[in-house]
This record gives sequence, structure tokens and C-alpha cells, in this order.
Amino acid sequence: MSDFDPVEMKRMRWRSRRGLLELDLVLERFLARRFDTLTGDQLLAYRTLLDLPDTDFLEVVNGKVDLDAPELMEIVDMLRAI
Amino acid sequence: MGVPVRRFDAVIVGGGGAGLRAALQLSESGLKTAVLSKVFPTRSHTVAAQGGISASLGNVQEDHWEWHMYDTVKGSDWLGDQDAIEYMCRKAPEAVIELEHFGMPFDRLENGKIYQRPFGGHTQHNGKTPVQRACAAADRTGHAMLHTLYQRNVRANTQFFVEWMALDLIRDADGDVVGVTALEMETGEIYIFHAKAVLFATGGAGRIYSASTNAFINTGDGLGMAVRAGLPLEDMEFWQFHPTGVAGAGVLITEGVRGEGGILLNADGERFMERYAPNLKDLAPRDFVSRSMELEVLEGRGCGPHKDYVLLKLDHLGPDIINQRLPGIREIAIKFAGVDPIKDPIPVIPTCHYMMGGIPTNWRGEVVMPKGGDPESRVNGFYAAGECACASVHGANRLGTNSLLDLVVFGKSAGDHMIDYIRGEMPDWKPLPADAAGPSLARIARLDNQTGGEDVAEVRAAMQRTVQSRAGVFRNAANMALGVEEIAAVAERAKFTQIKDKSKVFNTARTEALELDNLIEIAVATLVAADGRKESRGAHAHDDFPHRDDENWMKHSLFFGEGRRMEYKPVHTRPLTVDYIPPKERTF
Ligand SMILES: Cc1cc2nc3c(=O)[nH]c(=O)nc-3n(C[C@H](O)[C@H](O)[C@H](O)COP(=O)(O)OP(=O)(O)OC[C@H]3O[C@@H](n4cnc5c(N)ncnc54)[C@H](O)[C@@H]3O)c2cc1C
Repeated sequence: MSDFDPVEMKRMRWRSRRGLLELDLVLERFLARRFDTLTGDQLLAYRTLLDLPDTDFLEVVNGKVDLDAPELMEIVDMLRAI
Repeated sequence: MGVPVRRFDAVIVGGGGAGLRAALQLSESGLKTAVLSKVFPTRSHTVAAQGGISASLGNVQEDHWEWHMYDTVKGSDWLGDQDAIEYMCRKAPEAVIELEHFGMPFDRLENGKIYQRPFGGHTQHNGKTPVQRACAAADRTGHAMLHTLYQRNVRANTQFFVEWMALDLIRDADGDVVGVTALEMETGEIYIFHAKAVLFATGGAGRIYSASTNAFINTGDGLGMAVRAGLPLEDMEFWQFHPTGVAGAGVLITEGVRGEGGILLNADGERFMERYAPNLKDLAPRDFVSRSMELEVLEGRGCGPHKDYVLLKLDHLGPDIINQRLPGIREIAIKFAGVDPIKDPIPVIPTCHYMMGGIPTNWRGEVVMPKGGDPESRVNGFYAAGECACASVHGANRLGTNSLLDLVVFGKSAGDHMIDYIRGEMPDWKPLPADAAGPSLARIARLDNQTGGEDVAEVRAAMQRTVQSRAGVFRNAANMALGVEEIAAVAERAKFTQIKDKSKVFNTARTEALELDNLIEIAVATLVAADGRKESRGAHAHDDFPHRDDENWMKHSLFFGEGRRMEYKPVHTRPLTVDYIPPKERTF
């Protein structure tokens, strides 16, 4: 757990609603299993990922594309494993 | 306590393809236009559309809008309104070329023209041979459309209210629409949006089914708001099942896979569509393919341990075609079906995909309802476009790629007619009725004060199970009658949902409870309308009435929330400029 702004965390929960069912399915599981135990840095990384367009985000989650951003890969790996 | 009021010429609820296309028209004409969206516009469900948008450009093979019109009328199983269908098909080439000029990155032929791919139900010479009519931007057609239209809107000064949820339609004593109430998610505050004209472009409601290709956001809010405001819903018995949803997950495998040569197999390894549709085979219209698949399963030729799905085989296309022409499909199959389609076939089942019914409109985008003997009297100030509207171009069954087309053609048409209405008939705003926000405030207060009620997720799951089992691909009288009773019971439970989180800011639990109110209205409408229609037509396959009955049932249904009653109105049989296409049996 972190001292991340609780309002920001609630905003992130809503922003995990996407235009693609594939992402909804993955992020729903992520919210249920991992989200509440993330560290502040991990939450920041997840927030950055949420800003990706849906189509790009899905390609990252599917492992089709890697991001040139090591600080995001920990969360990406969690999403891929879910 | 005063509810703050914001004033615009036009208020558009929904920032998907339909809402953005309409908004662009209005903003570019200089009218003050607001777009409200639950999510960032480019994350609307339109982003999911991969297959393409149809237009008889004739870039690959000879094509004419009249052939497109014929296919659409036939696809609709003669329930589509032929004036609206003509309008859409005639405008299609212009609409696609306009998107191209807006900068949408379509796939191209070597000669620089837009590439067109084959798709189910698209033919030359009124059903004779398949034709390549679908224009696409790789597998990102919807995404490309949203980005293109969003950028244009920003340039045209459309005002976006992102993460705002519209709650209720405001009608005055004359029945005219004068605005909506909306919840700002970030603060939890309620506002009134006062408008000269309101357009709903809130998309579909596929989440009423448990097996659905639709994202979670597709809760049909516009339809729920319309029913609560006393307006009818049209043709709600017609839901399209996409033949190829990944069994168990719902995730869609685009029809483009079959367009490029993928085939369906049963447990005996037979390409069974050759038996049902000797000409079009795996590319026959969706309802036909879905029903054929369901028959294979019912007759014991399903695959897997429970014999409950069929297989989509594409390994014979080779990795190059799969990777180039169908990017993304491989990853989806691996992640959600656990198979690599380069080697193994994908387990698929018919999955709820598209809502043909919706808020009744005409080809101008005006919402219409019966009044004083006129079955289609205009509701002043109210417009709808896209999947939430029923124009009706898709009738009893939509053709693939006709929805994206519907969004831009009718989004634009609605925008144009709103401009005429606002400039020609509405020099000033009509006053808001007293207590305009009353019903919305009461719903929120009910949720905040509810004790001893049920969990939202539980009630939603009960609704989904009922709709899935009583109004799926195969239907019969006994089953649907049970469904009507069951859904009424679920609707009672929905009145007492309870949420634990009572906070105001980004309260997702509250949002989901409010969405459930909308889903429930649609689930009830679906079952009552399905139970009412005593024939089989398009997506409505009724076991006890296996044939289409044009004499008694070539008519649109209208569901009214009050008393949960049905009325019917005639299908438009007069196109705008060409001859009527009379009904025939649908064979492929
Ligand atoms: C997986 C999939 C693939 C598809 N592929 C194709 C294809 O290839 N070709 C084709 O023609 N069709 C396709 N379709 C169908 C097509 O994508 C949809 O019918 C179409 O995109 C719907 O667009 P829309 O503008 O009506 O609504 P949407 O794009 O769903 O947008 C609805 C908007 O309304 C907003 N909204 C909803 N409720 C509220 C509220 N209460 N308050 C504020 N805002 C609200 C949302 O935030 C969103 O912005 C596909 C559908 C699916 C599910």
C-alpha cells in the first residue's frame, strides 16, 4: 500500500474501463487482484499505461509490442501474466 | 437547492463515431455544441471496430449503391425502412471519401485508391456473387475514425465534457426535449444541460447478455433515459449474434478472418456452411451463420468436452496472410482462447454483438413516436444516431460494416437537421420545467439512502443470465414467456440495489448502479418485444413460428415502459428515389 492520493486511485479505477472488451477483461482481473497492493511507483506506472490509446495498450498487454520504458515493464509483466 | 445550469445550442450525449460526426457538423456551422462522454471520446466502443466501413466505391470490383441497398434490405430480412436504407447506401461513397479527406488512413491499392476487402453479405448484381466493398484502416478502422473525428472537433471548438454521465432526459409539458441532467464524475455534482436540441449517440447495450463482444461501457444509457422519459424503443427483439466470439470470453474474432479465407468446422471436421449456404458459405450473413452453428451444436456435432462450440480454422492461410492482413488476431487467440491460430483452430460460439433496435428515428435523425394517429410524429428537440438509434437501416439483422457507415451518415444527417431546427425554429431556449433535475436527484438519493438492498453485480448477473437463456439465438414461446416473468422479478430487485461506497468523487459503484437502471429497462424491452413477435425474421428465430410472416408481421415493434406494452408501426416500403425491393425468401 502507498500514500497515493485516494481520489487519484478512484479515477484510475474508472479509467480502467476501456473501449475494448479484451482490455476490460484483463484490467478487471488486475484491479481485483493487484491494484490495492501496488506501491506508489507502480501506481504511477499504471497511470501512465492508462493514457495509452486502447489499440496500443492492447498490443502491449498481448505482448505484441514492447515499450521502450523500463519503469513501466513491471506492471506490463503483471498485466501479461494475468 | 439549486442545480447549476449550463446552456448550449446543442448537447450531444456520446463521443463515439456517431456523436463526434454530428458534433462536427454543428460546431463547424458555428453553433455552441457540447459533447458529454462517460470516457475519453477516443476510448468509446467504436474503437473496437476492426472489420471496416462499407461503401460501393467499386475500387476493386464493379459496384453500385443500388446493389449495396439490395444487400442491406435483404440482410435486414425486409424489416429495414427502405427510405433510410437508400439514403445510407447512396451517401456511403461520399461519406467514406469525406473521412479520407479528413485524414483517415485507409489501406490503399497500388494505384492509390482505397483498398476494399470482401465481407459477409456484400454482393454484386443483387445477391449473385460476392463483392469487395469494405474499406479498412488495417485492423484499426474504428480507432482511426475516432481519432480523425476527434481532432476535427477540437479544431472546430466543440466543447467536451469528459467523464460526465448523462442521467435523464428533460422534457417539458409539451413533450419537447429541452436538455439533460448529468453527473460530473470528478465531483459527484449534478448539472442541468439546457439545450435547443439534444442528440443521443450513446451506443449499444450488449451487456444485457452474459456472452457479449461488447466492452463493459455498453450499457445502453440513452435507451434507459428515453424509456424513463416516456419514449418508446423500436425493434428491441432483434439482437445480432456474431458467429465468432471466443468461447467463454466473448472476445470477437472479426469476420475479416473468414473474408480472407478462414472456415468453420464441426466436430467431424466438416465445413458445414457449404451445406447451409452453398453460394456464400462461411460468408453468409451473420444471423444465418450463427443459426447454422447453433444447429450443429444442438445436433451433437459441436466440439470440445461439452460439444458446445465449433472451430474457426485459418492455419491454411499461412503465417504471412495471418500476420499481415489480420494483425492482432493471433495475439487475441493466444491470450483469450489459448490457441495459436497459425497451428490450431479457434473455439468459437455465437456471441451477442449488436443491437438492431433502439430509439426510433427517421433518416433525418429526428426521434419519432406515435401521436394523434401519426405513428411517426417528431419529438421536438430530440435526435439520435448510431447504435442507440433505430432509423431503421439494419431491420432484423445488420450487415457487417454497415454500422460504422450508419454512424457517419446519420451522425451528419442528424447534425444537419439539428442545425435547421435550431436556426429555423428555435430563436430562443424553451424554459426548463420546474424541478427539471428532480427525477435524477431522487434516483441518487435513493441509492445513497438504500439499506438492506442487493449488490449491483448480483442483480446484473441475474439479468444477464435471464436474457442469455431466454432471448438467445434460438427462441420459443414457452421459454420467452418464462423470460418475461423472470426479468420482471429481476427488475423489481434492481429497484433496491445498494452500494457500500457513498462517496461522491469517482464513485464507480454508483456509476454501475445507475448503469444497471438503464440495462434493466433494455432487458425488459428485449424480452417483452421478443415474446410479442410470433414469426421468425432475421435475428429473431422463433422455434414455434419458424417462418417469416410478411402479411402479419412486416412491422416494427414499439415497446413502452409504462405498463410494459407493445405497439406496432408499418415498415417504410417507399425508397426516396428508386423502386421498392419486394420481399423474397432469404437464401444464400
Ligand atoms: C468488437 C466489435 C467490432 C465491431 N466491428 C465493426 C466493424 O468492423 N464495422 C462496423 O461497421 N461495425 C462494427 N461494430 C459495431 C460498431 O463498432 C458499433 O455499432 C459502433 O461503433 C457504435 O458507435 P456509436 O457512436 O453509436 O457508439 P459508441 O462508440 O459506443 O459510443 C458511445 C458513446 O456514448 C458515451 N455514453 C454512453 N452513455 C453515456 C452517458 N450516460 N453519459 C455520457 N456519455 C455516454 C460513451 O462514453 C461513448 O462516448 C463492431 C462492434 C464490436 C463490439
